[in-house]
Amino acid sequence: MRVNGINRPAPSIPRRLLSDYLRGECGLTGTHVGCEHGVCGCCTVLLDGRAVRSCLMLAIQAEGHEVTTVEGLAPDGSALHPVQLAFKECHGLQCGFCTPGFVMAITGLLNENPNPTPQEIEEGIAGNLCRCTGYASIRRAVHRAVDLMQQAPSPPSGDTPPPPASPGTPPAARQRDI
Amino acid sequence: MKPPPFEYHAPDSVGHALDLLATLEDAKVLAGGQSLIPLLNFRLARPAHLVDVNRLPGLDGIYERDGGVAIGATVRQSIAERDPLLRERCPLLPLALQLVAHHVIRNRGTICGSLAHADPAAELCAVLLVLGGQVVARSTGGERVIAARELFLGPFETALAPEELITEAWLPAHEAGEVTVLEESRRHGDFAMAGVARFRDRVALFGVAGTPVLADPDDPTRDLQPSGDLESSPEFKLHLVRVLVARAYGRTP
Repeated sequence: MRVNGINRPAPSIPRRLLSDYLRGECGLTGTHVGCEHGVCGCCTVLLDGRAVRSCLMLAIQAEGHEVTTVEGLAPDGSALHPVQLAFKECHGLQCGFCTPGFVMAITGLLNENPNPTPQEIEEGIAGNLCRCTGYASIRRAVHRAVDLMQQAPSPPSGDTPPPPASPGTPPAARQRDI
Repeated sequence: MKPPPFEYHAPDSVGHALDLLATLEDAKVLAGGQSLIPLLNFRLARPAHLVDVNRLPGLDGIYERDGGVAIGATVRQSIAERDPLLRERCPLLPLALQLVAHHVIRNRGTICGSLAHADPAAELCAVLLVLGGQVVARSTGGERVIAARELFLGPFETALAPEELITEAWLPAHEAGEVTVLEESRRHGDFAMAGVARFRDRVALFGVAGTPVLADPDDPTRDLQPSGDLESSPEFKLHLVRVLVARAYGRTP
Protein backbone atom coordinates (compact mmCIF):
# COMPACT_ATOMS: atom_id res chain seq x y z
CA MET A 1 0.00 0.00 0.00
CA ARG A 2 1.02 3.59 -0.34
CA VAL A 3 0.87 5.76 2.76
CA ASN A 4 1.19 9.49 2.14
CA GLY A 5 2.75 8.71 -1.24
CA ILE A 6 5.33 6.21 0.05
CA ASN A 7 5.18 2.48 -0.63
CA ARG A 8 5.00 0.50 2.58
CA PRO A 9 5.46 -3.20 3.23
CA ALA A 10 2.52 -5.43 4.09
CA PRO A 11 1.51 -5.55 7.76
CA SER A 12 3.43 -8.08 9.83
CA ILE A 13 0.27 -9.96 10.87
CA PRO A 14 -3.16 -10.09 9.20
CA ARG A 15 -5.06 -9.10 12.34
CA ARG A 16 -3.20 -5.78 12.59
CA LEU A 17 -5.72 -2.94 12.44
CA LEU A 18 -4.91 -0.18 9.99
CA SER A 19 -4.74 2.28 12.93
CA ASP A 20 -2.14 0.17 14.74
CA TYR A 21 -0.21 -0.43 11.53
CA LEU A 22 0.02 3.30 10.81
CA ARG A 23 1.14 4.08 14.35
CA GLY A 24 3.26 1.05 15.15
CA GLU A 25 4.71 -0.06 11.84
CA CYS A 26 4.86 3.27 9.98
CA GLY A 27 5.55 5.48 13.00
CA LEU A 28 2.74 7.82 11.93
CA THR A 29 1.39 8.62 15.37
CA GLY A 30 -0.73 11.52 14.14
CA THR A 31 -3.53 9.00 13.65
CA HIS A 32 -4.99 8.76 17.15
CA VAL A 33 -6.64 5.74 18.69
CA GLY A 34 -9.56 6.45 20.98
CA CYS A 35 -12.38 3.94 21.27
CA GLU A 36 -11.23 1.29 18.77
CA HIS A 37 -14.77 0.42 17.83
CA GLY A 38 -15.70 3.13 15.38
CA VAL A 39 -17.48 5.55 17.68
CA CYS A 40 -15.04 8.38 18.39
CA GLY A 41 -13.61 9.09 14.93
CA CYS A 42 -10.09 9.95 16.19
CA CYS A 43 -8.48 7.40 13.88
CA THR A 44 -10.11 8.69 10.66
CA VAL A 45 -7.81 8.57 7.62
CA LEU A 46 -8.38 8.78 3.87
CA LEU A 47 -8.51 5.60 1.81
CA ASP A 48 -8.24 6.53 -1.87
CA GLY A 49 -9.36 10.02 -0.88
CA ARG A 50 -12.43 8.97 1.13
CA ALA A 51 -12.63 9.21 4.90
CA VAL A 52 -12.70 5.87 6.74
CA ARG A 53 -12.16 4.65 10.29
CA SER A 54 -8.71 3.06 10.45
CA CYS A 55 -9.71 1.07 13.57
CA LEU A 56 -12.48 -0.63 11.55
CA MET A 57 -10.19 -1.91 8.82
CA LEU A 58 -7.48 -4.50 8.79
CA ALA A 59 -4.23 -3.03 7.48
CA ILE A 60 -4.00 -5.89 5.01
CA GLN A 61 -7.24 -4.67 3.42
CA ALA A 62 -5.48 -1.45 2.42
CA GLU A 63 -3.00 -3.37 0.25
CA GLY A 64 -3.10 -1.86 -3.23
CA HIS A 65 -4.74 1.32 -1.97
CA GLU A 66 -3.59 4.83 -1.13
CA VAL A 67 -3.83 5.84 2.52
CA THR A 68 -3.50 9.47 3.61
CA THR A 69 -2.94 10.33 7.26
CA VAL A 70 -2.85 13.76 8.86
CA GLU A 71 0.91 13.77 8.27
CA GLY A 72 0.24 13.58 4.54
CA LEU A 73 -1.76 16.81 4.39
CA ALA A 74 1.21 19.13 4.82
CA PRO A 75 4.22 16.98 4.02
CA ASP A 76 7.66 18.16 5.07
CA GLY A 77 6.25 21.10 6.98
CA SER A 78 5.09 22.76 3.79
CA ALA A 79 2.13 25.16 3.90
CA LEU A 80 -0.76 23.94 6.01
CA HIS A 81 -3.65 22.26 4.28
CA PRO A 82 -6.69 24.62 4.16
CA VAL A 83 -8.51 22.49 6.73
CA GLN A 84 -5.53 22.68 9.11
CA LEU A 85 -5.24 26.41 8.52
CA ALA A 86 -8.95 26.87 9.22
CA PHE A 87 -8.63 24.94 12.51
CA LYS A 88 -5.73 27.19 13.49
CA GLU A 89 -7.56 30.38 12.60
CA CYS A 90 -10.84 29.41 14.25
CA HIS A 91 -9.34 27.79 17.37
CA GLY A 92 -10.88 24.50 16.25
CA LEU A 93 -8.86 22.55 18.77
CA GLN A 94 -8.32 22.50 22.50
CA CYS A 95 -6.52 19.40 23.81
CA GLY A 96 -5.99 18.23 20.23
CA PHE A 97 -6.66 14.55 20.74
CA CYS A 98 -9.66 14.43 18.39
CA THR A 99 -8.16 16.93 15.94
CA PRO A 100 -6.48 14.60 13.40
CA GLY A 101 -9.71 12.63 13.09
CA PHE A 102 -11.78 15.76 12.58
CA VAL A 103 -9.28 17.17 10.09
CA MET A 104 -9.28 13.98 8.03
CA ALA A 105 -13.08 13.54 8.18
CA ILE A 106 -13.54 17.14 7.02
CA THR A 107 -10.89 16.78 4.30
CA GLY A 108 -12.73 13.69 3.06
CA LEU A 109 -16.05 15.52 3.21
CA LEU A 110 -14.73 18.48 1.22
CA ASN A 111 -13.02 16.18 -1.31
CA GLU A 112 -16.42 14.68 -2.06
CA ASN A 113 -18.48 17.82 -1.64
CA PRO A 114 -16.57 21.12 -1.92
CA ASN A 115 -19.74 23.14 -1.28
CA PRO A 116 -21.54 21.52 1.66
CA THR A 117 -24.70 23.03 3.14
CA PRO A 118 -24.68 23.82 6.88
CA GLN A 119 -26.75 20.65 7.36
CA GLU A 120 -24.21 18.58 5.41
CA ILE A 121 -21.42 20.05 7.52
CA GLU A 122 -23.26 19.13 10.73
CA GLU A 123 -23.76 15.60 9.45
CA GLY A 124 -20.18 15.43 8.17
CA ILE A 125 -18.71 16.04 11.60
CA ALA A 126 -21.39 14.18 13.57
CA GLY A 127 -19.32 11.01 13.54
CA ASN A 128 -16.44 12.54 15.49
CA LEU A 129 -16.38 13.16 19.23
CA CYS A 130 -14.58 16.07 20.94
CA ARG A 131 -14.41 15.55 24.68
CA CYS A 132 -13.43 19.20 25.16
CA THR A 133 -16.80 19.87 23.48
CA GLY A 134 -15.30 22.49 21.18
CA TYR A 135 -17.86 21.79 18.51
CA ALA A 136 -18.85 25.39 17.80
CA SER A 137 -15.28 26.33 16.87
CA ILE A 138 -14.87 23.14 14.86
CA ARG A 139 -18.03 23.92 12.92
CA ARG A 140 -16.74 27.44 12.26
CA ALA A 141 -13.47 25.93 11.07
CA VAL A 142 -15.30 23.81 8.49
CA HIS A 143 -17.05 26.86 7.09
CA ARG A 144 -13.71 28.67 7.02
CA ALA A 145 -12.05 25.72 5.28
CA VAL A 146 -14.73 25.82 2.58
CA ASP A 147 -13.93 29.51 2.02
CA LEU A 148 -10.17 28.90 1.98
CA MET A 149 -10.47 26.05 -0.49
CA GLN A 150 -12.63 28.12 -2.79
CA GLN A 151 -10.10 30.97 -2.67
CA ALA A 152 -7.25 28.64 -3.59
CA PRO A 153 -7.71 27.50 -7.20
CA SER A 154 -6.27 24.01 -6.69
CA PRO A 155 -5.82 23.30 -3.00
CA PRO A 156 -3.89 20.26 -1.95
CA SER A 157 -6.32 17.50 -1.18
CA GLY A 158 -5.54 14.34 0.67
CA ASP A 159 -6.09 12.02 -2.24
CA THR A 160 -3.61 13.62 -4.59
CA PRO A 161 0.07 12.79 -4.47
CA PRO A 162 2.05 15.17 -2.30
CA PRO A 163 3.47 18.22 -4.06
CA PRO A 164 7.14 18.25 -5.06
CA ALA A 165 9.53 18.37 -2.16
CA SER A 166 10.62 21.75 -0.92
CA PRO A 167 13.99 23.04 -2.21
CA GLY A 168 16.88 21.29 -0.57
CA THR A 169 15.07 18.01 -0.06
CA PRO A 170 16.08 15.38 -2.60
CA PRO A 171 12.87 14.02 -4.12
CA ALA A 172 14.20 10.49 -3.76
CA ALA A 173 14.13 10.88 0.00
CA ARG A 174 10.37 11.17 -0.06
CA GLN A 175 9.54 8.80 -2.86
CA ARG A 176 11.65 5.88 -1.76
CA ASP A 177 10.15 2.58 -0.70
CA ILE A 178 10.51 1.81 2.96
CA MET B 1 -9.44 -4.05 21.84
CA LYS B 2 -7.48 -5.91 19.17
CA PRO B 3 -8.86 -8.65 16.92
CA PRO B 4 -8.09 -12.22 18.00
CA PRO B 5 -5.92 -14.32 15.69
CA PHE B 6 -7.53 -15.65 12.53
CA GLU B 7 -6.42 -16.85 9.14
CA TYR B 8 -7.06 -14.22 6.47
CA HIS B 9 -8.18 -15.10 2.96
CA ALA B 10 -8.60 -12.63 0.11
CA PRO B 11 -10.08 -14.63 -2.78
CA ASP B 12 -10.03 -12.98 -6.20
CA SER B 13 -13.09 -14.70 -7.66
CA VAL B 14 -16.57 -15.55 -6.39
CA GLY B 15 -15.88 -19.23 -7.13
CA HIS B 16 -12.77 -19.18 -4.98
CA ALA B 17 -14.64 -17.42 -2.17
CA LEU B 18 -17.43 -20.03 -2.28
CA ASP B 19 -14.85 -22.86 -2.25
CA LEU B 20 -13.26 -21.34 0.84
CA LEU B 21 -16.62 -20.94 2.59
CA ALA B 22 -17.51 -24.54 1.74
CA THR B 23 -14.27 -26.05 2.99
CA LEU B 24 -13.06 -23.91 5.89
CA GLU B 25 -14.32 -24.65 9.36
CA ASP B 26 -15.65 -21.59 11.25
CA ALA B 27 -15.19 -19.03 8.48
CA LYS B 28 -16.81 -15.60 8.47
CA VAL B 29 -17.34 -13.30 5.50
CA LEU B 30 -15.68 -9.90 5.82
CA ALA B 31 -17.40 -7.25 3.69
CA GLY B 32 -17.36 -3.60 4.82
CA GLY B 33 -16.36 -4.70 8.31
CA GLN B 34 -18.13 -1.85 10.07
CA SER B 35 -19.97 -4.30 12.36
CA LEU B 36 -17.69 -7.33 12.19
CA ILE B 37 -14.43 -5.53 13.03
CA PRO B 38 -15.86 -3.94 16.22
CA LEU B 39 -17.06 -7.44 17.19
CA LEU B 40 -13.55 -8.75 16.58
CA ASN B 41 -12.01 -5.84 18.49
CA PHE B 42 -14.27 -6.60 21.45
CA ARG B 43 -13.58 -10.32 20.90
CA LEU B 44 -17.29 -10.98 20.80
CA ALA B 45 -16.56 -12.82 17.55
CA ARG B 46 -13.58 -15.16 17.20
CA PRO B 47 -13.83 -16.81 13.78
CA ALA B 48 -10.99 -19.11 12.77
CA HIS B 49 -11.01 -17.75 9.21
CA LEU B 50 -11.97 -14.47 7.59
CA VAL B 51 -12.94 -14.55 3.92
CA ASP B 52 -12.55 -10.98 2.64
CA VAL B 53 -14.95 -10.39 -0.27
CA ASN B 54 -13.81 -6.84 -0.98
CA ARG B 55 -11.58 -7.89 -3.88
CA LEU B 56 -14.19 -10.04 -5.63
CA PRO B 57 -14.87 -8.73 -9.14
CA GLY B 58 -18.34 -8.21 -10.53
CA LEU B 59 -20.21 -7.63 -7.26
CA ASP B 60 -20.11 -3.84 -7.24
CA GLY B 61 -23.06 -3.26 -9.57
CA ILE B 62 -26.37 -1.48 -9.03
CA TYR B 63 -28.73 -2.44 -11.87
CA GLU B 64 -32.39 -2.85 -12.80
CA ARG B 65 -33.96 -6.25 -13.04
CA ASP B 66 -37.41 -7.82 -12.57
CA GLY B 67 -39.19 -4.58 -11.75
CA GLY B 68 -36.71 -3.53 -9.12
CA VAL B 69 -33.07 -2.79 -8.44
CA ALA B 70 -30.31 -5.23 -7.51
CA ILE B 71 -27.35 -4.13 -5.39
CA GLY B 72 -24.15 -6.18 -5.42
CA ALA B 73 -22.35 -7.47 -2.35
CA THR B 74 -19.49 -4.99 -2.42
CA VAL B 75 -21.54 -1.82 -3.08
CA ARG B 76 -20.67 0.68 -0.34
CA GLN B 77 -23.53 2.33 1.48
CA SER B 78 -22.28 5.82 0.59
CA ILE B 79 -22.28 4.88 -3.12
CA ALA B 80 -25.84 3.54 -2.93
CA GLU B 81 -26.94 6.64 -1.05
CA ARG B 82 -26.05 8.85 -4.01
CA ASP B 83 -26.86 6.42 -6.79
CA PRO B 84 -29.21 8.01 -9.36
CA LEU B 85 -30.95 4.72 -10.24
CA LEU B 86 -31.72 3.94 -6.60
CA ARG B 87 -32.87 7.49 -5.95
CA GLU B 88 -35.22 7.24 -8.91
CA ARG B 89 -36.49 3.67 -8.61
CA CYS B 90 -35.91 2.71 -4.95
CA PRO B 91 -35.90 5.96 -2.98
CA LEU B 92 -36.54 4.29 0.37
CA LEU B 93 -33.04 2.83 0.40
CA PRO B 94 -31.14 6.13 -0.02
CA LEU B 95 -33.48 7.70 2.56
CA ALA B 96 -32.77 4.93 5.06
CA LEU B 97 -29.02 5.05 4.36
CA GLN B 98 -28.90 8.63 5.60
CA LEU B 99 -29.83 7.23 9.02
CA VAL B 100 -27.21 4.46 9.00
CA ALA B 101 -24.38 5.42 11.38
CA HIS B 102 -22.21 8.23 9.96
CA HIS B 103 -20.96 9.13 6.52
CA VAL B 104 -17.43 7.88 7.29
CA ILE B 105 -18.85 4.49 8.33
CA ARG B 106 -21.00 4.35 5.20
CA ASN B 107 -17.87 4.87 3.09
CA ARG B 108 -16.91 1.29 4.05
CA GLY B 109 -20.15 -0.41 5.07
CA THR B 110 -22.10 -2.43 2.50
CA ILE B 111 -25.83 -3.01 1.99
CA CYS B 112 -25.52 -6.79 1.77
CA GLY B 113 -23.20 -6.93 4.78
CA SER B 114 -25.74 -5.09 6.90
CA LEU B 115 -28.47 -7.52 5.80
CA ALA B 116 -26.28 -10.54 6.59
CA HIS B 117 -25.37 -9.08 9.99
CA ALA B 118 -29.12 -8.73 10.81
CA ASP B 119 -28.86 -6.26 13.66
CA PRO B 120 -32.37 -5.90 15.13
CA ALA B 121 -31.94 -2.10 15.06
CA ALA B 122 -30.72 -1.99 11.45
CA GLU B 123 -32.64 0.28 9.10
CA LEU B 124 -31.72 -1.74 5.99
CA CYS B 125 -33.22 -5.00 7.27
CA ALA B 126 -36.53 -3.20 7.89
CA VAL B 127 -36.35 -1.66 4.41
CA LEU B 128 -35.88 -5.10 2.83
CA LEU B 129 -38.78 -6.47 4.88
CA VAL B 130 -41.29 -3.68 4.28
CA LEU B 131 -40.63 -3.61 0.54
CA GLY B 132 -40.79 -7.40 0.23
CA GLY B 133 -37.22 -7.55 -1.09
CA GLN B 134 -34.94 -10.55 -1.45
CA VAL B 135 -31.33 -11.56 -1.25
CA VAL B 136 -29.50 -13.91 -3.61
CA ALA B 137 -27.36 -16.40 -1.68
CA ARG B 138 -24.72 -18.45 -3.46
CA SER B 139 -22.70 -21.45 -2.40
CA THR B 140 -20.80 -24.18 -4.20
CA GLY B 141 -24.12 -26.05 -4.26
CA GLY B 142 -25.83 -23.35 -6.32
CA GLU B 143 -27.88 -20.24 -5.89
CA ARG B 144 -31.10 -19.55 -4.03
CA VAL B 145 -33.30 -16.54 -3.44
CA ILE B 146 -34.31 -15.79 0.15
CA ALA B 147 -37.27 -13.49 0.73
CA ALA B 148 -36.89 -10.90 3.47
CA ARG B 149 -39.63 -12.47 5.62
CA GLU B 150 -37.67 -15.74 5.63
CA LEU B 151 -34.22 -14.22 6.04
CA PHE B 152 -34.32 -12.76 9.54
CA LEU B 153 -34.65 -15.43 12.24
CA GLY B 154 -33.51 -13.62 15.37
CA PRO B 155 -31.03 -11.04 16.64
CA PHE B 156 -27.95 -11.32 14.39
CA GLU B 157 -29.36 -14.59 13.05
CA THR B 158 -30.36 -15.28 9.45
CA ALA B 159 -31.42 -18.20 7.28
CA LEU B 160 -28.04 -18.10 5.53
CA ALA B 161 -26.01 -21.30 5.76
CA PRO B 162 -22.38 -20.89 6.87
CA GLU B 163 -21.15 -21.68 3.37
CA GLU B 164 -23.46 -19.16 1.68
CA LEU B 165 -22.54 -15.69 0.48
CA ILE B 166 -25.09 -12.96 -0.28
CA THR B 167 -24.08 -11.88 -3.76
CA GLU B 168 -26.81 -9.29 -4.16
CA ALA B 169 -29.89 -7.78 -2.58
CA TRP B 170 -32.96 -6.95 -4.64
CA LEU B 171 -35.60 -4.33 -3.87
CA PRO B 172 -38.85 -3.77 -5.79
CA ALA B 173 -39.24 -0.35 -7.41
CA HIS B 174 -41.51 2.20 -5.78
CA GLU B 175 -42.35 5.90 -5.77
CA ALA B 176 -40.94 8.45 -3.34
CA GLY B 177 -44.46 9.34 -2.18
CA GLU B 178 -45.14 5.76 -1.10
CA VAL B 179 -42.33 5.45 1.42
CA THR B 180 -41.05 6.95 4.64
CA VAL B 181 -38.43 5.99 7.16
CA LEU B 182 -38.30 7.53 10.62
CA GLU B 183 -36.34 6.68 13.72
CA GLU B 184 -35.46 8.07 17.10
CA SER B 185 -32.00 7.77 18.59
CA ARG B 186 -30.24 9.54 21.45
CA ARG B 187 -27.60 11.06 19.17
CA HIS B 188 -27.31 11.41 15.40
CA GLY B 189 -25.93 8.17 13.99
CA ASP B 190 -26.59 6.03 17.06
CA PHE B 191 -28.56 2.81 16.92
CA ALA B 192 -32.28 3.58 16.84
CA MET B 193 -34.26 3.11 20.04
CA ALA B 194 -37.20 2.56 17.69
CA GLY B 195 -37.76 3.06 14.00
CA VAL B 196 -40.40 2.69 11.33
CA ALA B 197 -40.12 2.01 7.60
CA ARG B 198 -43.36 2.56 5.64
CA PHE B 199 -44.29 1.35 2.17
CA ARG B 200 -47.89 2.21 1.23
CA ASP B 201 -50.05 0.55 3.91
CA ARG B 202 -47.26 -1.64 5.24
CA VAL B 203 -44.94 -0.75 8.09
CA ALA B 204 -41.88 -2.54 9.40
CA LEU B 205 -40.56 -1.70 12.86
CA PHE B 206 -36.91 -1.93 13.87
CA GLY B 207 -35.09 -1.70 17.17
CA VAL B 208 -38.09 -3.04 19.09
CA ALA B 209 -37.87 -6.82 18.63
CA GLY B 210 -35.30 -9.51 17.84
CA THR B 211 -35.78 -8.94 14.13
CA PRO B 212 -37.49 -6.26 12.05
CA VAL B 213 -41.24 -6.94 12.27
CA LEU B 214 -44.23 -6.04 10.13
CA ALA B 215 -46.95 -4.26 12.07
CA ASP B 216 -50.53 -3.09 11.63
CA PRO B 217 -50.37 0.67 10.91
CA ASP B 218 -53.59 1.17 12.88
CA ASP B 219 -52.38 -0.76 15.91
CA PRO B 220 -48.59 -0.96 15.57
CA THR B 221 -47.80 -2.01 19.14
CA ARG B 222 -50.12 -5.03 19.14
CA ASP B 223 -48.23 -8.15 20.28
CA LEU B 224 -45.06 -6.06 20.60
CA GLN B 225 -42.97 -6.74 23.69
CA PRO B 226 -39.71 -4.81 23.34
CA SER B 227 -37.02 -5.29 25.92
CA GLY B 228 -35.58 -2.17 27.47
CA ASP B 229 -31.95 -1.11 27.57
CA LEU B 230 -29.88 1.69 29.07
CA GLU B 231 -31.30 4.22 26.64
CA SER B 232 -34.97 3.39 26.57
CA SER B 233 -37.50 1.43 28.61
CA PRO B 234 -39.98 -0.94 26.94
CA GLU B 235 -42.76 1.58 27.60
CA PHE B 236 -40.77 4.35 25.91
CA LYS B 237 -40.08 2.17 22.89
CA LEU B 238 -43.80 1.43 22.57
CA HIS B 239 -44.53 5.14 22.82
CA LEU B 240 -41.96 5.87 20.11
CA VAL B 241 -43.52 3.25 17.82
CA ARG B 242 -46.96 4.83 18.17
CA VAL B 243 -45.60 8.33 17.52
CA LEU B 244 -43.35 7.34 14.60
CA VAL B 245 -46.05 5.28 12.83
CA ALA B 246 -48.51 8.17 13.18
CA ARG B 247 -45.92 10.55 11.74
CA ALA B 248 -45.14 8.13 8.92
CA TYR B 249 -48.79 8.49 7.81
CA GLY B 250 -48.88 12.24 8.43
CA ARG B 251 -51.19 11.87 11.41
CA THR B 252 -50.92 13.71 14.70
CA PRO B 253 -49.75 11.20 17.30
